[in-house]
Amino acid sequence: MEQVLFWLMAVVAVVSALTTISSRRPVHSALAFLVTLLSLAVLFLLLSAQFVAVIQIIIYAGAILVLFLFVIMLLNAQSGEGPQIKLPSQRPLAIALALLLFGGLSYLLLSSPLGAARPLPAGMGTVQAVGGILFNHFLLPFEVASVLLLVGVIGAVVLTVKEDEQPK
Amino acid sequence: MPSNISLLALVLITIVKGAVLIGALLMAFAYGTWLERRLVGRFQLRLGPNRVGPLGLMQPMADGVKVIFKEDFVPAQADRLAYWLAPALVVAVALTAFAVIPFGPPSVKLFGVPLFYISNVNVGILLILAVTSIGAYGVILGGWASNSKYSLLGGLRSTAQLISYELGVGLAILGVILLAGTLELPQIVEQQAGTWFGFLPRWNIFLQPLGFLLYSIGALAETNRAPFDLPEAEQELTTGYQTEYGGMKSAMFYMAEYIDIVLVSSIATLLFLGGWQGPFIQQLPGLGVLWFLVKVLAFVFIFIWLRATLPRIRYDQLMDLGWKVVLPLALLNLLLTALIVLIWPWLGGGG
Amino acid sequence: MIPSIDYLLLSAALFSIGAAGALLRRNALIVFISIELMLNAVNLSFVAFARQLGDMTGQVYVFFVLVVAAAEVVVGLAIIVSIYRTRASVDVDDADNLRG
Repeated sequence: MEQVLFWLMAVVAVVSALTTISSRRPVHSALAFLVTLLSLAVLFLLLSAQFVAVIQIIIYAGAILVLFLFVIMLLNAQSGEGPQIKLPSQRPLAIALALLLFGGLSYLLLSSPLGAARPLPAGMGTVQAVGGILFNHFLLPFEVASVLLLVGVIGAVVLTVKEDEQPK
Repeated sequence: MPSNISLLALVLITIVKGAVLIGALLMAFAYGTWLERRLVGRFQLRLGPNRVGPLGLMQPMADGVKVIFKEDFVPAQADRLAYWLAPALVVAVALTAFAVIPFGPPSVKLFGVPLFYISNVNVGILLILAVTSIGAYGVILGGWASNSKYSLLGGLRSTAQLISYELGVGLAILGVILLAGTLELPQIVEQQAGTWFGFLPRWNIFLQPLGFLLYSIGALAETNRAPFDLPEAEQELTTGYQTEYGGMKSAMFYMAEYIDIVLVSSIATLLFLGGWQGPFIQQLPGLGVLWFLVKVLAFVFIFIWLRATLPRIRYDQLMDLGWKVVLPLALLNLLLTALIVLIWPWLGGGG
Repeated sequence: MIPSIDYLLLSAALFSIGAAGALLRRNALIVFISIELMLNAVNLSFVAFARQLGDMTGQVYVFFVLVVAAAEVVVGLAIIVSIYRTRASVDVDDADNLRG
């Protein structure tokens, strides 16, 4: 059962990721990326990370990607890529580099011994466990993260408000 | 998970329960439209549909047959994939969210598994929020795929509205979660059992009146109902993102809308109105379903009442309300609740 | 139980696909989605290591990655919108004012 689910989701994730980067229409790219996100959420569930899986859907699929679609539709950019290619060697070079990266990463992963998985603590991945760690061991980073988000909000407002329509 | 029955039996029971639930929800959609048309008729001093069958009860069937036999067209230069996906997505999402809604007490069991809900997960209410947040895609895709200016504007408005009010709704729900100390819906309902001073039910609405009000406003906005039905405003946008949809696909958007109304009413009942709690629940646990349905129906009635009473507000007023009233008040509510939860044991109070 | 190495290899594959997208495509929006794909691949390996080591810390790191991703998307999309306003294009090759 677990095997079937893992391989199914792995194939779905890779195929939808490939569709994401190869689709001509940006909206289809975003939709394929949505499928990748959902399959990753299922994989998180398999890894006993329930809370992460739900947050992945709420934040990534429910907010970040919707914002992407919003901007894609706002700009109504079709392919968005001009016909003239300024760098002829871009395509083969990019594919070669990505393959090299994958080869290097898998070589490193396969050559380093992982050993047997340690036993999971009770309540792994539940809201209580995540909250306990987040607010005990990571309190300062948590607060800094909120400041980072505030900076992001202010930055977006400053960047997109036009000069002639400054709020009174 | 009960160990005395096999996995296969569990899967079979779950499938049957799911099928019954989906059937019930589709009936709820059909008679939701009937109820709304009859009630709005009364509110406007008309009769409403009363010709087909006794009291017009066969009207939804007649509408269904009409809709099925309508031409199924796709607008020129529409994005076919997204055009087909959008209505399917909104209905699927609305149905999926019901998987964790408990309709009755978990003590009522059939073959060793609780009869009145499909599953109970640790993240409970968060799962519903996650599933419904996917629904925004149906609306925005439907608007974009139709290749029409009206649809696109309606879709963009609707998405902005959904995202804006989702924050308020989430924060309002957090107040209840702080009180309950759990995300599991059956436990949240169990904690609302009993009465204060012998007559006042221990429902969360009395502890979280502001939270309930904010949740209700957000629920109206998230289901695109009047007075927040701007995405489908007939006069400005010719029903917005649904303009280019016809026949069965248009009916599916309506289906999702009515199922969503039942969904937000169910959540309000579970979180604020004590779920299946009511008189004689100890003696006869099965009665809980009746109390639950009565409360949900009351909430749905208020939805329809509001639609017949209130005029639609302007788009800028909608955004002002969401960001400048609902959100700050929800934050204030959350802060006060957290403070009270912290100092309550210190004051010597229990539970 | 699926061995953790399978998850890590999947994560490496998704990361490489994301990198390929960021290098290949010239539409700024798709380059951006590719970067999000790489962040998600990293999240997968964080969660896989959390299970391998029986330690929740890996899962908590996912939340910080999410925060970074959210802040990055908000500012990045704002930059793309303002570039589009001035040159009516989202092709990254068109934004070459600094080219000598």
